[in-house]
Amino acid sequence: MKELKASMAGTVLNVLVAEGEAVSAGQAVVTIESMKMEIPIEAEISGTVEKIHVEVGGFVNEEETLITLGE
Amino acid sequence: MNKILIANRGEIARRIIRTCNRLGIETVAIHSEADGDLPYVSEATEAVLIGPNPVVQSYLQVDKIIEAAKAHGAEAIHPGYGLLSENAEFARKVKRAGLIFIGPSADIMEKMGDKIESRRTMIQAGVPVVPGTEQGAASLEAALAEAEAIGYPVMLKASAGGGGIGMVRCDDEQALSQQFASVKNRAKAYFGDDVVFLEKFVPNARHIEVQIFGDQHGNIVHLFERNCSVQRRNQKVIEESPSPHLPQEARVRLCEAALKAGQAVGYTNAGTVEFIVDENNDFYFLEMNTRLQVEHPVTEQVTGFDLVEWQINVAKGEKLPPQDSIQSTGHAIEYRIYAEDPKTFFPSPGTLQAIEWGEGARIESGYEQGNSITPFYDPMISKVIITGSDRAEALRKSQNFFNHATIVGVKTNISLFKEFIESQEFASGEYATSVLPTWLEKTKEEQGL
Repeated sequence: MKELKASMAGTVLNVLVAEGEAVSAGQAVVTIESMKMEIPIEAEISGTVEKIHVEVGGFVNEEETLITLGE
Repeated sequence: MNKILIANRGEIARRIIRTCNRLGIETVAIHSEADGDLPYVSEATEAVLIGPNPVVQSYLQVDKIIEAAKAHGAEAIHPGYGLLSENAEFARKVKRAGLIFIGPSADIMEKMGDKIESRRTMIQAGVPVVPGTEQGAASLEAALAEAEAIGYPVMLKASAGGGGIGMVRCDDEQALSQQFASVKNRAKAYFGDDVVFLEKFVPNARHIEVQIFGDQHGNIVHLFERNCSVQRRNQKVIEESPSPHLPQEARVRLCEAALKAGQAVGYTNAGTVEFIVDENNDFYFLEMNTRLQVEHPVTEQVTGFDLVEWQINVAKGEKLPPQDSIQSTGHAIEYRIYAEDPKTFFPSPGTLQAIEWGEGARIESGYEQGNSITPFYDPMISKVIITGSDRAEALRKSQNFFNHATIVGVKTNISLFKEFIESQEFASGEYATSVLPTWLEKTKEEQGL
């Protein structure tokens, strides 16, 4: 299990994966908008998306969990 | 005009307040929850909490802002730049509410905000435009056919776009096929309109713009040009006037074309006509910005005029001074200090624990020591404007300034300026819009060796 966290505070612009989907390390899974810039958040490891903790349009703080990845 | 509401925040709100104070005009500031502690809020005569932090709930609340203006007895609204400044619907509603909108008419804003429509207007007026599509590209198939006719590389752009958002360079058919849907989606998300069009990509181009002003009596004047070619992510980082390496003859043609563009739409108040200028000093109309620009201080430094004062005077119905009374002397350079990583350009929100500036600059800052840069708004902290009798002197003063400037608490691009202004690429003045990313790439490689 791996928690994917927001690298900075911002608004969730896009969730690019669905629960149950397989992702590979380095793949962009969420886009956060902070200070008028789109920041892609990449999966650090390959795995399966177990849970998505955020919604498009929602606000996240730095270090908040975005996605839980299963091995 | 006795009282103005400023429908903006940060440095530009502060900048407008300063001129209003000098002219004896009272000001009403609006602010979100997060911005309550910023200097512009306490510097205004009155302040109104307009809503929560996201701009859609605060600075873009058209009706609330107009209500606040009326409740506080303001006679006019200054929109600043960004936010509602180019929103025709807002301008229309302000007028309908019996208030003065300090800017051009809603009709002009609408016409120039639609990039396809503005290209059409300029072609009719005899102003050269970048070769491109006359209509929006309805489908990928249509775009591919158009691109074939124009010739690659092409720029794929949102018609409702601006500020460097919603555009991407496509080098071939494959790139255009990959980008088409995403640019359309982004255009829809950011601007609420997914019409896209194509323009030929002009290599080694400079981005040079001309400041114009129109009054309600049909007079249009220009205040010379600004070179804004130092950019990252298609957004400006350094602007200067006069533009280095632009022959006098080309400067005259450029300013005349800008006047023609303004006359074609019967322009009023402050506006900027943006051109791209190629290696032969041939130029093409890019877009017209129907507001005061971020980089307007560069023009103020070389002409000696206060453009906010001009905006207010024009809005009151006063006449502009004649063209021959507007002269440009010396050289001015503006540096935008951003809260961002100087290498990746990723934003860096946080608290400004300490700010120390060098000497000999005009500083326009939205923040002071102790203020926080929040994730809700753009990353610009301050603008540093340095003026010299010529470019060499302005550069010397810039180096001195940045050698003594530090900000603690957030990452900034101060260290980038320190190195970049000493580079041969910038110092020579012979640079195109690719200069900053190219220089960064080169420096990275050299450090890697």
